[in-house]
Amino acid sequence: MRVYFDYNATTPLAPEVLDAIARVNREIFGNASSVHHFGQQAKAVVDEARSAVASLVNADPSEIVFTSGGTESDNFAIRGAAEALEPGGRRHLVASAIEHEAVLNTLKALARRGWRTTLVPVDQSGIASPDRVREAIAPDTALVSVMHANNEIGTIQPIAEISAIAHESGALMHTDAVQSAGKIGVDVRALAVDLLSLSAHKFNGPKGAGALFIKRGTRLQPTMTGGKHERNRRAGTENVAAIAGLGVAARLAAAKIEREAERIGTLRDRLEGGILSAVPGTAVNGAREARVPNTTNISFDRVEAESLLIALDLEGIAVSTGSACSSGTLEPSHVLKAMGLPVHRTQNSLRFSLGMFSSEAEVDQVVAVLPRLVEKLRGLTRKPVSA
Amino acid sequence: MRIVVAMSGGVDSSVAAALLAEQGHDVIGLSMQLYDQSEGQTTFGSCCSIDDLHDARRVAAAIDIPHYILNFERRFDEQVVSNFVQEYAAGRTPLPCARCNSDLKFAALADRARGFGADAVATGHYARVERDEATGRTRLMRGIDASKDQSYFLFSLTQEQLAHAVFPVGDRPKDAVREYARTRRLPVAEKPDSQEICFIPDHDYRSFVGKNVPSRQGVFVDEQGQVLGTHDGIHRFTVGQRKGLSVAAQRPGRRNGSAASDAAPLYVLSLRPSDQQVVVGPRSSLERTTLTASGVNWIAGEPDRPLRARVQIRHRHQAAAAAVRALGDARVEVAFDAPQIAITPGQAAVFYDGNVVLGGGWID
Repeated sequence: MRVYFDYNATTPLAPEVLDAIARVNREIFGNASSVHHFGQQAKAVVDEARSAVASLVNADPSEIVFTSGGTESDNFAIRGAAEALEPGGRRHLVASAIEHEAVLNTLKALARRGWRTTLVPVDQSGIASPDRVREAIAPDTALVSVMHANNEIGTIQPIAEISAIAHESGALMHTDAVQSAGKIGVDVRALAVDLLSLSAHKFNGPKGAGALFIKRGTRLQPTMTGGKHERNRRAGTENVAAIAGLGVAARLAAAKIEREAERIGTLRDRLEGGILSAVPGTAVNGAREARVPNTTNISFDRVEAESLLIALDLEGIAVSTGSACSSGTLEPSHVLKAMGLPVHRTQNSLRFSLGMFSSEAEVDQVVAVLPRLVEKLRGLTRKPVSA
Repeated sequence: MRIVVAMSGGVDSSVAAALLAEQGHDVIGLSMQLYDQSEGQTTFGSCCSIDDLHDARRVAAAIDIPHYILNFERRFDEQVVSNFVQEYAAGRTPLPCARCNSDLKFAALADRARGFGADAVATGHYARVERDEATGRTRLMRGIDASKDQSYFLFSLTQEQLAHAVFPVGDRPKDAVREYARTRRLPVAEKPDSQEICFIPDHDYRSFVGKNVPSRQGVFVDEQGQVLGTHDGIHRFTVGQRKGLSVAAQRPGRRNGSAASDAAPLYVLSLRPSDQQVVVGPRSSLERTTLTASGVNWIAGEPDRPLRARVQIRHRHQAAAAAVRALGDARVEVAFDAPQIAITPGQAAVFYDGNVVLGGGWID
């Protein structure tokens, strides 16, 4: 039995999502912008999905713009805010040091074009403190972007407090909620954010569909220019079937979010506890309380994560060393580095992330297999070439 | 048997993997990422090597084996690239592929392979290994295709390393390897052979070394020590080199030399790192009959008396008859029956008995 414990990279489709996508692809081909019957059919599908996503995050449907996914949403939020606020003299951007590359590299791109950027450090538990954000903010800060939950270690950031600080100085607040939406309750009003990114495939929806919440009244420059789709905010014919899938995934997640969080949290704790007691020289990275319930990030002393990842895969167990998005190869995690962990721990850590189809049997299988693999790899570490 | 194949993305290692998979082995493809290809590579298509990794991945998918890319940047830099630069700076001509084989592929990569439960490491080298039941040793032999033989680059493998080495294409001619790739519809079947040192862009090793060592001007001298001109650093030269010397024009007229001898082409005879001198002279002065080598690895066992062998002194050299005498301390002296052109410090001297590699060492 293959075990998939990499839900933070992506998730399998829920059966209901697959059905919805198939139905739309089969029956509804219209362009949601068209006036006629076919267009109206498509528009209805998109509107239903918009309501579903809005209710997942407690937004108004008019505040939801569909995008191609989390990366586009992050780009849209950051570039859109930077451009919209630039004429007012705001040329400074703030983000945490543990953001996803979609945020970090967008900031870098803007820095090359003259924006100032500041990365807020995190503490050893992987949390950005509001005080540090306050220190980073300048009078001309346009946007503060801090992720809701971290993709590698799962830590939840104090978004509401940080939002308040951002707003005090007139900056916009964006949160990348790609790793929290659909896993824990996400409420744009409680978080008091202006912009929030989410992605369908992180909660059993399809790849290539996501959304950006744009609080009513927020000035944002479109980054995708063209036709008048999405109320002039994001041009391009809507990917109707994928959006329908996103909508169904949002409804499914919202309906059982507390139950699922409880169930998955119990599995994660069983896995984490099992590994810590079965494998000597292990430790959890980051805060264990303020965390999404599906994620654990564990250091294995004297093991290269790269090797353990492969050894596990050869045993049919899929995990990750952190962000899956880089080059398919492994660089020390920027998240663990930002937490101030020593270099060896940034290179010996694995991320286990659970989800919809995870089971106790899978957890027990992983706990059973790991000690042998770790022991074998430890036996080989730094072995000199025999002459 | 579980076998790890070091997949470079070229046709040879791809066929090696395909052959082993076809034979029913449990094959794992590993590719080594050897230098940073992520940062600053904004010019798409300018870098061939990330494409090579993708090619390896496509081949692995085509033959349905798992494939992983391992990051060996730091080790490669420490064990291969640094040595390469230091050797040139020291007036020697390095052989990085041999270092990579014995210090990386059949060392660090083989360690990883063992961690994954693999019994052997396979590569796409044109060479053969054979177990000698009588002695318990593993024999290393030239590949069947003499024009493609790569045993020269494998001379520094230890018995331990050879015992776990597999060379699936070594008993095939190159044409047959390509033909097999076509038959199996491997995505790299028509990919040209790589000709260059993998980490040197555009064959320009001089710029590469120049970026990594301080530039030190020096002079060309003839065999009598007469200064003939200046150059931009000895790392730009290798023994036997004729092109790019830029001294013919600067050559002062000889007091009693004839016009004909002035026109004879000049070759690099030797490099003197201590005073940055490049000694040049006529081709005839490149001839030498003896060499010494150190760091000798005796694959077939160290002989207790001088032996006759054919000795190869560079990749494209016709191995020549010689007497090889051990000097102790992993050093040998090689005395050729006939003079050899351009014996080059830093290259390997590899001793053969027919197709069998007896051993080899680094030319002093």
